[in-house]
Amino acid sequence: MKILVTAKRVVDYNVNIRVLADQSGVDLNNVKMSVNPFDEIAIEEAVRLKEAGKAEEVVVVSVGATQCQEQLRTALALGADRGILVETDEDMQPLAIAKVLKAVIDKESPKLVITGKQAIDGDNSQTGQMLAALAGLSQATFASEIELEEDSATVTREIDGGLETISVTLPAVVTTDLRLNEPRYASLPNIMKAKKKPIDVMSPADLGVDVAPRVKTLKVVPPAGRAAGIKVESVEELVDKLRNEAKVIS
Amino acid sequence: MSLLVVAEHDQNTIKVPTRVAVAAAQAIGGEIHLLVAGEGCQGAIDAAAQIEGVSKVLAADHANYGHALAEEMSALIVSLAEGYTHILTATTTSGKNYMPRVAALLDVAQISDIMAVESADTFQRPIYAGNAIATVQSSDAVKVLTVRGTAFDPVSAEGGSASIEVREGPATAGLSSWVREDVVVLERPELTAASIIVSGGRGMQNGENFAMLESVADKLGAAIGASRAAVDAGFVPNDMQVGQTGKIVAPDLYIAVGISGAIQHLAGMKDSKVIVAINKDEDAPIFQVADYGLVADLFKAVPELDGQL
Repeated sequence: MKILVTAKRVVDYNVNIRVLADQSGVDLNNVKMSVNPFDEIAIEEAVRLKEAGKAEEVVVVSVGATQCQEQLRTALALGADRGILVETDEDMQPLAIAKVLKAVIDKESPKLVITGKQAIDGDNSQTGQMLAALAGLSQATFASEIELEEDSATVTREIDGGLETISVTLPAVVTTDLRLNEPRYASLPNIMKAKKKPIDVMSPADLGVDVAPRVKTLKVVPPAGRAAGIKVESVEELVDKLRNEAKVIS
Repeated sequence: MSLLVVAEHDQNTIKVPTRVAVAAAQAIGGEIHLLVAGEGCQGAIDAAAQIEGVSKVLAADHANYGHALAEEMSALIVSLAEGYTHILTATTTSGKNYMPRVAALLDVAQISDIMAVESADTFQRPIYAGNAIATVQSSDAVKVLTVRGTAFDPVSAEGGSASIEVREGPATAGLSSWVREDVVVLERPELTAASIIVSGGRGMQNGENFAMLESVADKLGAAIGASRAAVDAGFVPNDMQVGQTGKIVAPDLYIAVGISGAIQHLAGMKDSKVIVAINKDEDAPIFQVADYGLVADLFKAVPELDGQL
């Protein structure tokens, strides 16, 4: 079984992002970039399935600028077998990424696609579902457990208020939630080995995909600030303020 | 202009986030239709017809829709999409599951988690876990939107008198099937639905000490949350985590106990109406967002608070 996973290049989750003064976006100069954490969970899950003998090959795809090679190398160091970079400088939105991935699926025919449930930059939570729709595949989003069988997968999903288990026919698209696994750290020998693993580079045009953006960002601003309030001297004063000033407790 | 809102329900009642989505539809303007798709959902259909501002309820009561599987829901919505300028639903795990499929099948973008409407094609939405707010404009003919549950005041559940129209969807896609659901029966309200949350951080020192917070939470009818630091330290399970990679909450009252206020945590709770911070470090960043700060040892302050409630 072949598994396809994604590795989006995003601002590292530890970075305190800064909105540009001209409101055109977020400052990405000299900022640490990483694999989207939810994609890292997807890569880890695919590698574990391979280690358990349930998959033969793990292919990792990234869509974006040439620097995405770094994230592909990270994925290869974590255990993926080969990489595909669909290189473009276009502002890639979820629908366009899904169309690119659909074209990659048509070439690679994986039995399972695992993506992060969302990327921590745009927070859209769309690409996996859109890919499944475009490819006419079943989907299981927000997965916290995947049991893989020959022609189906039983997936436990994190839903509001609990867990839901569904069975999906393969091929399928699964998106990962936080509790699916805890990704490993790449070891030095594996980082060295990853340098020799192949990465195919192609363009959206090579795949025949129109990636023109549909949504225009007019401006990006910091969220409305919260002014610091007051310091209270005692628990008694706190309870009094909550009861009589803020009126949030009775 | 006609807008279609897709309802979230438990077959008998319509959930609050749906009324928030209807409020967003009202802000856009136009005739609002509400789709109720389910199985044995007459109760929800009748409740939908009472909702303020809804002129028509589309009712699809069929075995295909009992568990709101994404493949079935998206096929149904797409089959009903013609004539609508906007298709909306609440940003819940259910809406997030099927709505992008709808957008892709219509070959349009989705705008996720809108928090304000500027015009019929321009919306505000949070990016980078709410650390930046983007104003975005869609060039697509149909706008597919999910609506942030805390962004609009829900319309009233009563006062409407919508007509009810029975609709049938396409044959089942047959790609997936529901196996079971394990809904956590909580003694306390769910984090994302609670009007009061008491959260503990690394300062709690261990999991046993969370019992102090439980006692306070019980008196306030509050949910209990935790910072990533407390979760990573193994004090409490993952699903209690509030923050960028955990749950995003906006209760009326958020009490942060022994939480320093790392950016990841603030991203998950700073839209709360009133924030209280109890921390012994007076320089902790949490005090910069707190309406009421108490610089104190939590092991003294929390029992004292408990006693005064």
